[in-house]
Amino acid sequence: MRRRQQKPRNQIYRSRAMGFILLLILAASWETLSRLNIVNSIFLPPLTTVATSLWKLVVSKELLSATGITLGRCATGYSLAAVIGIPLGVLMGKSTRVFFLFEPLVESLRPIPSAAIIPIAILFLGIDNEMKIAVIVFGSLWPILLNTIQGVQVIDPMLLETGRTLNLSKRQLLLKIILPASSPSIITGLRISLAISLILSITVEMIAGSSGLGFLILDYERSFKYAEMYAGIVSLGVIGLCLNAVFSALDRRYLAWAKLSTSYAA
Amino acid sequence: MTSQNDSSSNILELHNVSKIFSDTDELKAVSDLSLSLRVGEFLCILGPSGCGKTTVLRMMSGLLPVSSGTVLLSGKPVEQTSKDAVLVFQEYSRSLLPWRRVLDNIKLGLEAKGIEREEQNSIAQRFLDMVGLKGFERHYPWQLSGGMQQRVALARALACSPKVLLMDEPFGSIDARTKADLEDQLLKIWMELKLSIALVTHDIEEAIYLGERLVVLTSRPAMIQGIEHVPFSYPRDQLTTKNSADFLKLRTKLLRALRGY
Repeated sequence: MRRRQQKPRNQIYRSRAMGFILLLILAASWETLSRLNIVNSIFLPPLTTVATSLWKLVVSKELLSATGITLGRCATGYSLAAVIGIPLGVLMGKSTRVFFLFEPLVESLRPIPSAAIIPIAILFLGIDNEMKIAVIVFGSLWPILLNTIQGVQVIDPMLLETGRTLNLSKRQLLLKIILPASSPSIITGLRISLAISLILSITVEMIAGSSGLGFLILDYERSFKYAEMYAGIVSLGVIGLCLNAVFSALDRRYLAWAKLSTSYAA
Repeated sequence: MTSQNDSSSNILELHNVSKIFSDTDELKAVSDLSLSLRVGEFLCILGPSGCGKTTVLRMMSGLLPVSSGTVLLSGKPVEQTSKDAVLVFQEYSRSLLPWRRVLDNIKLGLEAKGIEREEQNSIAQRFLDMVGLKGFERHYPWQLSGGMQQRVALARALACSPKVLLMDEPFGSIDARTKADLEDQLLKIWMELKLSIALVTHDIEEAIYLGERLVVLTSRPAMIQGIEHVPFSYPRDQLTTKNSADFLKLRTKLLRALRGY
């Protein structure tokens, strides 16, 4: 048994290693192309230069404070989207009346690209924080809402009947059956929305901002500080990676049952 | 026939109960059914597949409203689910909460009752031991076999200390060997806790082996076809009881009634 598992695992490590090697090759090419000025080194400074500026920006706290501002906005908009999306999604998933009441509205607002909302938001809310947060909420609401609706709709009716025959109150049904049963789907929605909210935070800061990472990156570009611009972009990548890792950890910790229970059943 | 009984000795009564499902076509599932479950009785409800047995049980539990007639539990009309009557489903794997460990599944009904946490643990543990699952507290339901899962579901229902246990083909999808074990365990628990049990099944041998009294239903719409008194005392034995002449005689009679042999 163990021997049989060993071979594929070795193969997996090897395939993983190949991925990192590819990344290293690309990084080395970046460095070389720029150093030899095959690609204009003003527009694409060597990776090592970018790394040095990244370090300087981190040390000078310039980058950290901008990141703090951006993440703060992102978190506010994202949380608001969750606070609206999850309860509304549960209601729409549970009640056909509520579902049909909101569905046309949802379906007509959802296809609008979030960036297209920015002009309206600026019109009504100005260019300050309120506008930025409103746009983030608008964009990240839909995945949370739709996944919650779907997660609640597909709950096995037997679980709800179990709750009823054991005399759970409405509140207990919600907290002990409906929310846990739909949590895998809700978390999927939250995960998709997290990426969206980060993208929108940067977008609104670039379009109408005087602070935050998005503004900073654009500002570096306009003042010809290209190494710093790349440093800002790289740090965005790192932030995305970290947020995703947090979600993966939560997933493994709290939702293992969802994957395992279905794989056991099959 | 059941209405002749002294009603104070009945824990659960159905009076002229009908059920019509009107969401699709007008489907009459149960027609003018009257029957009663006596205090401490083990009643088996037999009927052909799809005859509306489950519907009868669900109306007894309060999960499903009646279309006409009344269901009385301890003399009071049943309008919703009650802490005194708990239903154990046939689909044990779907009725256990996959995100809860075995012990936490058993605690679900106790949480609904608002029992303190420490007491919940000791009650849940007691019933887990009773169904023979000591040592599986921290397992998840999906890590257990079908028979073990149904034991968890049984322990969960028992932990609520209901007066009436309603069971819907509880051993319908369990292999024969495990099924025999579960039947004996259920009889033991029934006697120990002095429960009143109504168990629905389409398995004639199981019904005779378990029940004191058998209600035989007709095919849809479910009506009473006959009532049989089982002439065996408890404790019963899988071999001697099932091989006795009376058992075979009753089995033959029921087979004729149900399948027209």
